[in-house]
Amino acid sequence: MAEPARGAYRELVRAQIRSQSQYRASFAMDAALTSCVSVLEILAILVLFRVTPSLGGFSVREAVLIAALCEFAFQIADLAVGNIERIAEYVRTGRMDTVLVRPLSPLGQLLAGDFPLRKAGRVVQGLALYAAALVYAGIDWTPARALLAVTAPVAAGALFAAAFVAGATVAFFWIDSGEFANAFTYGGRTFGTYPQTIYPAWMRVLFGYGFAGYQPALALLGRPDPLGTPAWVAWCTPLAAAAAWVGAVLMWRTGVRHYRSTGS
Amino acid sequence: MNAASFPSPSATARAAGPAAGAPAISAAGLRKEFTVKRRAGRVRRTSHTVAAVAGVDLAVGHGETIGYIGPNGAGKSTTLKMMTGVLAPSGGELRVCGLEPVPRRKQLARRVGVVFGQRSQLWWDLPLHESFRLLRYVYAVPEAEHARRLAACRELLDLGAFWDTPVRQLSLGQRMRGEITAALLHGPGVLFLDEPTIGLDVVSKQALRSFLAELGARGDVTIVLTTHDLADIERLCPRLVVVDHGRVVHDGTLAALHDRYGSRRRVVADLDRPYDELPHVPGAKVERVEDDGHRVVFALDGVPAGGLIGRLAQLGGLRDVAVQEPDIEEVVARLYAQSP
Repeated sequence: MAEPARGAYRELVRAQIRSQSQYRASFAMDAALTSCVSVLEILAILVLFRVTPSLGGFSVREAVLIAALCEFAFQIADLAVGNIERIAEYVRTGRMDTVLVRPLSPLGQLLAGDFPLRKAGRVVQGLALYAAALVYAGIDWTPARALLAVTAPVAAGALFAAAFVAGATVAFFWIDSGEFANAFTYGGRTFGTYPQTIYPAWMRVLFGYGFAGYQPALALLGRPDPLGTPAWVAWCTPLAAAAAWVGAVLMWRTGVRHYRSTGS
Repeated sequence: MNAASFPSPSATARAAGPAAGAPAISAAGLRKEFTVKRRAGRVRRTSHTVAAVAGVDLAVGHGETIGYIGPNGAGKSTTLKMMTGVLAPSGGELRVCGLEPVPRRKQLARRVGVVFGQRSQLWWDLPLHESFRLLRYVYAVPEAEHARRLAACRELLDLGAFWDTPVRQLSLGQRMRGEITAALLHGPGVLFLDEPTIGLDVVSKQALRSFLAELGARGDVTIVLTTHDLADIERLCPRLVVVDHGRVVHDGTLAALHDRYGSRRRVVADLDRPYDELPHVPGAKVERVEDDGHRVVFALDGVPAGGLIGRLAQLGGLRDVAVQEPDIEEVVARLYAQSP
């Protein structure tokens, strides 16, 4: 049944895009306004360097690479699964019922059915910033680093995506959970934007977002980790993302089973 | 209506039961409990277990139409949600189309159709026909089969006039016709209707009822209907299952329900002038006198109306007479009041 199901998700995404284009003015306004966010994140880093020559032992060029990678990855995740946070509304209103009576996966339906095309502009902008940061950082290119430069945003994006899904799961247990989930998604993005050396150890452990920007950037720059983690760890973002997804999917399944619906 | 063009179930739905003759739905000791937290002091909260469904036994045969009724909070919707795989039962056995709903949710979804009266399954911002097209992909229905059922529903439910209208602009009656179509396009063997006539005007209700009556009469779709509108039941459901406090309190025909709860037929006599003395007829009791004695209402205790009407005719002055069938609303209200 894999083939028909894939067709179904594709059609759901198309339908969602057609639905959104019904509200053209709001769509354009939203796309225009929200596309500034990535630039602001990077500007914030540059502003910091006006008062300090280095941040946690990293130069401005290095810090910008970490931030741009983290930001691009976050925008990919936000486009792909960011709208999963609407699950809170589905659970609160009982609309989840209609999702569960269809022969498709609930997660797939929610992601495809709420695909936010208006966020696509941010991904393009994130990509442009990342490309600029790669050039600006003056990387000593090797084939392995080139491969990493391409795969790292995708893997880090998957890491953020897992956080979105896991965070959204909370809605099944706690109806008014939006802000709680945001702490781990939007909060994680801000956390991952800076060199991990500036954080105390307990924070680094609590949020595993070193893998989002910091670790792959170390490998790209060919720098040993001042925190002493072995060099190979810097290549492990895909593993971290896979582990996060296993956890997120398990949480999601538990959440769906825990769904209580609403009165009629 | 052309019966041959009715939206018939798919081969999968027909070959649903693992054993031939197995019921479309069977439940034994079905339970659903919810944990409700209550405040008990400033911070402390205590947990209470509330049984929304407290041991339901039910067998629905293929092609049957049953009305599933009960007061608010009786556990109707909860039961329907367990039957469709939305909620996991807390206990008991449940099989729908031979499948255990929650573990086999996706397979079951292809074999059942669901209409939630208060929750749309259509794509709000798209023209109505787009939703139907999308559902073909969602349920992976072969194109020809889908087209055939859609053409049948379009004609029978008269969808043509708002075919291109975005769902958000449809009237409730139009939308509900769309919802029913959406639930039938994959050819379900069992159709669950949760308050399908809620909020509809009289004409829309009647149109919907006659469509469902026709569908039920064809005998290849099992229909489970919950409603608060007892006219739906009278029109559509030979069998009535009444639940209250999570238990089945009546399972049988409407007539059996009337027998059991002693609901009575009435004779309403309109008179040219009031009787000096009310007539006494065995088995007929004067229930009330209205309109300064110009109208007398008799309740019949299981006797035919003929005797009473004959007697009234003899007395003279009878302008009009009407026989009223027992009022189902009243019976059900009495039933709800009785159960603990």
